[in-house]
Amino acid sequence: MSSTLQRPGRIRDRAIRLVEAATTPLLPADYLDLFAPLRPGAELRGRIVEVHPETADAATIVIRPGADWAGHVPGQYTRVGIDVDGVRHFRAYSLTHGPRKDGNISITVKAVADGVVSRHLVHDRPVGSIVHLEQASGEFVLPERAPGETTKFLMVTAGSGVTPVIGMLRNLFPVADSGVVRLERSADYDIVVVHVAPSEPDSIFLDDLKALDAAGMIRLIARYDDVHGVLDVNDIKSLVPDLAERTTLACGPSGLLDALSEHHEKHGLDLVVEQFRVARVEPGEGGTLRFEKRDRELVVDGATTILDAAEDAGLLMRSGCRMGLCQGCLVPMTEGTVRDLRNGQLTTAIPGESGTVKVQTCINTAAGPCHFDH
Amino acid sequence: MTVIQKKSDNPIAHLSKQQIEELGNELDAIRQEIIDSRGASDAAYIRKVIKTQRYLEMSSRGVLLFSVFPPAWVLGTLGLSVSKILENMEIGHNILHGQWDWMRDPKIHSSTWEWDNVTPSEAWKHSHNEVHHTFTNIVGKDNDLGYGIMRVDEDQKWHPFYIAQPAWNFINACFFQYGIAAYDLELGKNLTRPKDKRPEDFDEQVKAVLTKIRKHMTRDYVIHPVLSIPTGSFLPTIGANLVANWARNMWSHSVIMCGHFPEGVETFEKEMLDDDETRGDWYLRQMLGSANISGSKAMHIMTGNLSHQIEHHLFPDLPSNRYAEAAVKVKELFAKYDLNYHEASLPAQVYSAWHKVVRLSLPNGWLETTTIKNAPQQLGVLAKMVTGNRRTRRLLQRHLDSKAAKVTRTERDAVVKAA
Ligand SMILES: Cc1cc2nc3c(=O)[nH]c(=O)nc-3n(C[C@H](O)[C@H](O)[C@H](O)COP(=O)(O)OP(=O)(O)OC[C@H]3O[C@@H](n4cnc5c(N)ncnc54)[C@H](O)[C@@H]3O)c2cc1C
Ligand code: FES
Repeated sequence: MSSTLQRPGRIRDRAIRLVEAATTPLLPADYLDLFAPLRPGAELRGRIVEVHPETADAATIVIRPGADWAGHVPGQYTRVGIDVDGVRHFRAYSLTHGPRKDGNISITVKAVADGVVSRHLVHDRPVGSIVHLEQASGEFVLPERAPGETTKFLMVTAGSGVTPVIGMLRNLFPVADSGVVRLERSADYDIVVVHVAPSEPDSIFLDDLKALDAAGMIRLIARYDDVHGVLDVNDIKSLVPDLAERTTLACGPSGLLDALSEHHEKHGLDLVVEQFRVARVEPGEGGTLRFEKRDRELVVDGATTILDAAEDAGLLMRSGCRMGLCQGCLVPMTEGTVRDLRNGQLTTAIPGESGTVKVQTCINTAAGPCHFDH
Repeated sequence: MTVIQKKSDNPIAHLSKQQIEELGNELDAIRQEIIDSRGASDAAYIRKVIKTQRYLEMSSRGVLLFSVFPPAWVLGTLGLSVSKILENMEIGHNILHGQWDWMRDPKIHSSTWEWDNVTPSEAWKHSHNEVHHTFTNIVGKDNDLGYGIMRVDEDQKWHPFYIAQPAWNFINACFFQYGIAAYDLELGKNLTRPKDKRPEDFDEQVKAVLTKIRKHMTRDYVIHPVLSIPTGSFLPTIGANLVANWARNMWSHSVIMCGHFPEGVETFEKEMLDDDETRGDWYLRQMLGSANISGSKAMHIMTGNLSHQIEHHLFPDLPSNRYAEAAVKVKELFAKYDLNYHEASLPAQVYSAWHKVVRLSLPNGWLETTTIKNAPQQLGVLAKMVTGNRRTRRLLQRHLDSKAAKVTRTERDAVVKAA
């Protein structure tokens, strides 16, 4: 029994090895990539098929993903790798769509000042480009609930932090020709959205939020800094009187999220947050980075991450979120001290004592001479 | 040629320490300018070359499935040869130098690339990037100079063994990829050592080379020929692969010889490499220890831009497609500092390099003192030197030296008289 089960696998393996023998030192995939970069079994990639502006400095990028794209849960993000001026950069972007018939995926990007990737995507509109993708990930999703149970949410979004929330809302309330539709599965959602932006014209997806509000799917409370002044989290209670009954999902800059966390903790309320960018402490002294396997030594100032410094020097590094969440960038440090740029915390590896310590290169920098087994 | 430090007309004697430092700064500026302007068009260039090579290889191998038909054989063999040359030179060599690492594309990176050459990338990067590029043309340090089996300088003592060096050089050219593998392993040195004196990972390295040889042989001489059996093209396909590998070997050997071997390229003594060799000194050594090949754009690409050997040695990790642009500025610097920019056409450089190989295969002074008239007599002397013992050699060498000195003197007088 077991042998008949194994046989097809074995024949396939042999066939693969034979083709590999014909293409060595390259792999068959290196040739197939020339014709079909999005085929099943290829590294996950996508092709940008459309870029349409949302505001003056934001745009939605529609991507045809490779055959192996496994789908996503609304609220999750994907990592996009794109070559800008010939150099590959990876950035995380929330998926901003609900179910799509064409199988494409979309992200919405706000161009930040001096932003390498965001400005390229928004302003150069690289339609036709191949991008590198990773399967969707992220915990910022609607909490599970029992069927029939009424669920009350407060969604607080600021700036481009609206993107994952739009993904969730579009999934719950798709737009048909007749307008927004409330599906049966979405019947029991009671959602309030507090949307914060510097001014009204700056707001991505404001029209979507307004349409959902007009259709009675959500209640929208928009706050513009230039009209209402900067939002004080203690005022939320007056904007949303039944705050205590709601689970809050918030995505925005760290100042807002920190204030919300403190507020919700004090009042014992549920909060799920997502952050696009880490806040950093004052830089320290810096140091040297020695990569033993590559036989390279680099000098870093105290404000540049190990990841950025190594990439700038042309070393290949693994990375994920680039903000200290996913552990995708761990590198073993055999000796030395690194400093966490988020909170100044030091991590030290002493040979024979601590042994090798794995450090996150995306949020640490050198504090003195550091040695890596990389 | 004599190591530069011993020359009466030392070509760098006119440069002060400060000038050498300035020269270094100016070269640094050329380098920085290119680094600052690296971008999308450079990335597009290397991707296009890689794509072209892969299409060329696939189509050539496709055509060779019918290689029993002579036109198919010729076309396929030609295409495969060009593809193999591109793969080794403009693609492999340059990627392994880290010229494209700045793109951060894991598929085009010095730490992940493996090339169609039996020496594994890792081993080659050490012997080539670290040893050859650091110790360029230092006699006794840079094994690329003669690969340890050749006499490349008058100051290297002549030994009868060297009489065969033109033949050696030709054989090395035919099997160049194996020659490189052997020399990366320092096979000659290591096999004569007792086992415990060899580098720790010697066996492992030998195994890696053998694995690559097996894989490449299987690909070229089994898999693709077997695929050609349906058209009766088994043997012609084997032949095509043999010729393509040979052509690639001959070509890369020629290009590399042209880089450091032509007459007039300087060699250096170990002592030059003292601890206080400055960046300027190092640059200077690269400038004088390399030679360029002039020619068309296609020729430059086929040589992997090693035709810009001088620029490559100055800036080994800059993208090869930018050497032509650097060359314009580097040439101006040569003129400014009154240095000899060594450049000639491919045939001229190949001839010159071979001339040197032949000349140095003979004892010093032999070629200079030989004319058509005294040839039989001179051949007798040579035969005695080849077969004789050390004392005979020493005596005859002294004789040759004094005779050569006389020839030079007469020549000089003739020149004076003519003037
Ligand atoms: C989980 C997650 C989801 C994300 N989803 C989205 C999304 O849906 N839409 C979106 O537009 N962005 C999103 N981001 C942010 C995005 O990944 C990039 O950080 C952002 O596009 C800036 O990249 P850049 O290359 O343009 O800027 P960089 O060249 O990296 O930075 C240039 C300058 O901008 C500053 N900067 C970096 N990031 C930000 C930021 N987020 N806001 C303001 N200034 C910044 C830097 O400090 C620097 O001074 C998300 C990030 C994470 C971690
Ligand atoms: S890249 Fe995610 S933790 Fe560093």
